[in-house]
Amino acid sequence: MTDFVKAVEAAQNPNVPEIQPGDAVSVFIRIKEGSNERTQEFKGTVIRQRKGGQNANFTVRRVASNGIGVERTFLMKSPRLEKVVVYRHAHVRRAQLYFMRERTGKSARLKQKFD
Amino acid sequence: MLKGLIGKKVGMTQIFDAAGAAIPVTLIEAGPCYVTQVRSLESDGYSAVQLGFGETKPKRLTGGQLGHLKRNNLPPLRFLREFRVKSPDVAAGDQVTVETFQVGEHVDVVGTSKGKGFAGAVKRYHFKGGPKTHGASDRLRAPGSRSSTTTPGRVYKGARGPGHMGFDRVTIQNLKVVYVDRERNLIGVNGAVPGPKGGLVVVKETRKQ
Repeated sequence: MTDFVKAVEAAQNPNVPEIQPGDAVSVFIRIKEGSNERTQEFKGTVIRQRKGGQNANFTVRRVASNGIGVERTFLMKSPRLEKVVVYRHAHVRRAQLYFMRERTGKSARLKQKFD
Repeated sequence: MLKGLIGKKVGMTQIFDAAGAAIPVTLIEAGPCYVTQVRSLESDGYSAVQLGFGETKPKRLTGGQLGHLKRNNLPPLRFLREFRVKSPDVAAGDQVTVETFQVGEHVDVVGTSKGKGFAGAVKRYHFKGGPKTHGASDRLRAPGSRSSTTTPGRVYKGARGPGHMGFDRVTIQNLKVVYVDRERNLIGVNGAVPGPKGGLVVVKETRKQ
């Protein structure tokens, strides 16, 4: 029965690489404005990743102008995702980086991890 | 024209539509069904098509059931259901598959809801229950008063209260067909369908459009 469910579900999006919490990423997402389509970039830090089938998703946080934090959640298998670019990995000790919400400026930096 | 199928609920998932939006989908393994009998106005007083679904071992059926199926050289089928059809365009022995339905159509799905056992009024009828504090000791999920006092001196018939909940025949109307797979006999509808996974469901043309 689960095979039936799997047969219907979408395959892994080839343009989404493996990502980890703390990664600095750019998400290019296709959005529709009226009749024309364009690609929008959303650049920030991955603060959460949820696995599990069709609903697998990840949340990217960025600090917009005036220090207002913006978080956006993307479905991993969404066909609207054009590509995801990972710039750097960070050394983090937890899976959900909610503490980033309370931090601004220098304290909001993450230590880079080289591998 | 016959527009109906018997099937088994497989489970839920979500798929992406053409616009890229994720839509919730219930998968139903429907058919292949066999036409086991065609009822006509002349012989039965109404016109309908009887479909059979779910091949099983002959020993699981009674002699009468086997004989009924054998008349059209059909395999032993566990479930028989009738569909009211004005002018049947099929004959006994025919096979009906998911191709009956096309993506974009709307269907009604009939199933048996999950049994909840003997349920209280809060769960069964969404009663408010009582207060949690202010001296209330055992009133949290109490149903309250059932009726008035000396007049009428009894509880009105049909008053809502605790009792058996679930395991009812439930029809969900106007579900959109979003997926049809002939090879796997799968049909996917947008939204939830009553019953547990593996439960028997009936898919038919929607009554209201």
